[in-house]
Amino acid sequence: MAGPLTIEPDDAERRAIVRDGLGVGIATGLYGVSFGAVSVAAGLSVLQTCALSLVMFTGASQFAFVGVAAAGGAPLSGALTALMLGTRNTLYGLKLAPLLDLRGWRRVAAAQVVIDESTAMSVTRTSRTAARVGFVTTGTSVFVLWNTFTLVGALAGNLIGDPRTYGLDAAVGGAFLALLWPRLADPRNRVIAVCAAAVALGVVPVTAAGVPVLVAGGVALLAGILTRSAADPTELPGR
Amino acid sequence: MTWVAIIGAGIGCYLLKLAGVSLPARALEHPLVERVADLIPVALLAALVAVQVFAEGTRLTVDARAAGLAAAVVALLLRAPFLVVVFVAAATAALLRLAVPGW
Repeated sequence: MAGPLTIEPDDAERRAIVRDGLGVGIATGLYGVSFGAVSVAAGLSVLQTCALSLVMFTGASQFAFVGVAAAGGAPLSGALTALMLGTRNTLYGLKLAPLLDLRGWRRVAAAQVVIDESTAMSVTRTSRTAARVGFVTTGTSVFVLWNTFTLVGALAGNLIGDPRTYGLDAAVGGAFLALLWPRLADPRNRVIAVCAAAVALGVVPVTAAGVPVLVAGGVALLAGILTRSAADPTELPGR
Repeated sequence: MTWVAIIGAGIGCYLLKLAGVSLPARALEHPLVERVADLIPVALLAALVAVQVFAEGTRLTVDARAAGLAAAVVALLLRAPFLVVVFVAAATAALLRLAVPGW
């Protein structure tokens, strides 16, 4: 879907962008295996697991949904957590829209692959064509491979019996931490993370499963509102 | 009920993406919106880590999952890729349970 070209990247640059996009697609797609296995371990069927990857298609939200299910939480709690995590894709879309200039059915189709990886592989480009090549290559390859490997992981997860024997319950915590890790470079985020974790654990004994995570989301809202009224040191350019 | 949640949240997540590529860019410019949007993933992921590792139903507990998390931290400090981090967490918990049944 290259569309009318204004600034043309040369063939070498185009090949490099495609190669990088496929590389990211393969790396990301592979951890679809861990999602598939974790999801069936949480009690979802293979079909439900694949539906999450096809329709929801945003890794952190999917892991959150099955994480809440694994803890015995109500599906509604899982859905709300997934939606809150999905809001960051809205921000990615806002950044991508002027860059990619998508219209009509292309916009409707492209929206589904607005995720961390496709955004990262296109916002740094210097021309619209290059940004589109990066976005489409990465988005498509992640979509195809993530869904394929979700199925593989779900089928394998179904065969292995009690997931605790293989430490799959511990794998979920590791996965969330890995997703969180890059954001902890910011000192303010470290404070928020520790507070959110403490609040969540604090309300575990008194609420239904899944609710503690939503309460922690409330902490983020409160922190966002409160830090605004202070003289804001976070507004200093960080990089 | 699980199906309703899956499809509902799935469509909701799609609509959030579609809103992003459809709304005018000005929608992002409010500093409060930006700040809250940055903080929400941090808070939710940190809470998910904590609950996933230290909660058992409505009880707090320390078991093999905590050792798995510690191993994940070491892997992340060594700049291991995502898949390795997840594998290390699982393998550590699994080996501990093999050594100390019931953990």
